[in-house]
Amino acid sequence: MNFFLTIILDGLIEASWLFIVALGLTLVFGVLKILNIAHGSFYALGAYLAATAVTFVAARGLPPALGFVVMLVSVAIIAALIGLVLERGLLKMFYGRDEVVLLLVTYAVFLMLEDITKLIWGVNPIYANQPYELFGNVEFAGLFYVGYDLALIPMSIAIGLAVWFGLNRTVTGKIVSAVIHNAEMSASMGVRINRVYAIAFAVGVLLAALAGALTAPKISVQPGLSSEVIILSFAIVVIGGLGSVEGAAVGAILVGMARAASVHLLPQAELFMIYLIMAAVLMFKPEGLFRRETARRI
Amino acid sequence: MTRSTYLFSLVCLIIAAVLFGRVIPAWTLSLATVAASNALIALGIVVLSRTGNVSFGQGLFFAAGGYGVALLAHSWGITDAVLQVVIGAVCGGVLGLIIGPLIARYTGIFFGMLTLALSMVLYGALVKTTVLGGSDGFNVGRPTLFGTAFTDPRDADFMLYAVSVVATGLAGIAATVFFRSQLGLMSLAVRENNLRVEYLGTSANRIVTINFVIAAIFAGASGALSLMAQRHIDPQFAYWTTSGEFVFIAILAGSQSVAAVFVASLALELVRSFSNLYLPNTWQLVLGLFLLAVILFLPRGIGSLWTSAKRKPNEPPPSPVIVEKGSAT
Repeated sequence: MNFFLTIILDGLIEASWLFIVALGLTLVFGVLKILNIAHGSFYALGAYLAATAVTFVAARGLPPALGFVVMLVSVAIIAALIGLVLERGLLKMFYGRDEVVLLLVTYAVFLMLEDITKLIWGVNPIYANQPYELFGNVEFAGLFYVGYDLALIPMSIAIGLAVWFGLNRTVTGKIVSAVIHNAEMSASMGVRINRVYAIAFAVGVLLAALAGALTAPKISVQPGLSSEVIILSFAIVVIGGLGSVEGAAVGAILVGMARAASVHLLPQAELFMIYLIMAAVLMFKPEGLFRRETARRI
Repeated sequence: MTRSTYLFSLVCLIIAAVLFGRVIPAWTLSLATVAASNALIALGIVVLSRTGNVSFGQGLFFAAGGYGVALLAHSWGITDAVLQVVIGAVCGGVLGLIIGPLIARYTGIFFGMLTLALSMVLYGALVKTTVLGGSDGFNVGRPTLFGTAFTDPRDADFMLYAVSVVATGLAGIAATVFFRSQLGLMSLAVRENNLRVEYLGTSANRIVTINFVIAAIFAGASGALSLMAQRHIDPQFAYWTTSGEFVFIAILAGSQSVAAVFVASLALELVRSFSNLYLPNTWQLVLGLFLLAVILFLPRGIGSLWTSAKRKPNEPPPSPVIVEKGSAT
């Protein structure tokens, strides 16, 4: 019994940060119709920035709680700025081209960011584990967990709810939904779709970087993070359906559980399992679990 | 120029390229070998892209070819270079025949994602397979040619170069012939509109499948060539960034001409070795900028530099914007 509880809890912890990354990816795809390969790089960038912020605060002998807050705020601001600059300065030039071309543009950004992070932070692993002890250890049904890990679950639920609320219950969100539905029509109704694109992309980058910052204390921050994370988040959004928030949540839980289960039961099959699920979903329901069938003009 | 003289001149070109390998310095020889081998797999992507689909998982067949050859070299002692290329092509082709019909139903991003997923399934499986060396892979001996073992590294390098150039060159000729065939022209029709092709009475899926299998055969053979050049294989062959690099070459080349694929592959290898030399650790940065510049300034690839002038009148009109209805949040 305890064994299954471990798998479920571990799975939820994995799912919580994966969901935040996938949420950004799915939002960017929904609005801009770009499958952003560089998304994993923004995650890595967030993790690196967080590590810098945490060490900066810790070096001055300030409490780790402050480090945690400084880390989140600084990452959010920098990531949103980077998102705005990239969308306005680069992606804008390629709108209207084939979706595969846009995919390649983000691939180019991925390649460049990979080296830029190496140039700034070097190739050795960086640790930022001061905030990790922030929430102490928690005993849960006879199992001991690091409080920080468990705290990730409500944090990601809060972020998910905020995005859902923003999209469905605010005027701005309604406008974004309109652009997702039909960009041309929205433009002719007076929506400034350029602004919507820029904001959506910035929010997407912010979410990826935030997930990176939140996981930075748990892991060693090193090169190669980005290509690993992008592959996981691709699997999640494809399972859930590209452009769907609910789909991202379900996909993240599925992938998180699959990872946790294979780590405990069959460690050889970890990556294999996730891609098998993704391939199976694509085979039987290529639109993903949560995406409505689309009509196509001939 | 009649068809036979055209083909004959292409064969002469291959022979000339092989002989040219005797005069160029040693470091360019290995560079050209890698370029030829990469051009072969990128050529497959170009063939497939004529149906409008881009595969982000050619690493699957690349690795299948490489591992197939490596395993047979170990268990049965097959070391002949030509035989190894054929084995690689067969491994890739058989896998392509299995996957092709399943995957042909998909288009656009879903096609790319599914191929990527399948190659990552193989990667995930290979990393954990300790019998095959796990993530470290294993080494393979130097190949022979028609029973001759090459002990002098210079001769061995030249042999590899010759095999790679001949294999890629023959594939290039085959692709040229294929592009002008009925099936090759129908592939372009599938890219323009697969539903209309179906209405006109032929199966778009079958056309995509055939192109997919050709791409898989080329990828498998390229995997064999890469294995011979590195004499080592590891799961990185199937990783998505490896496939991404091949897509890069295909995009750089554009789908205008077969020759462009070779030029693009060689250009990429030159950029790689020069940035390794002068800008170590920033080679991906250079690559990214290079890719952006090509997409921005040469949207139809470097092939358009010399084919655009004569082909422009026949250029297909831009495909109509497909408005997706009801895509959910």
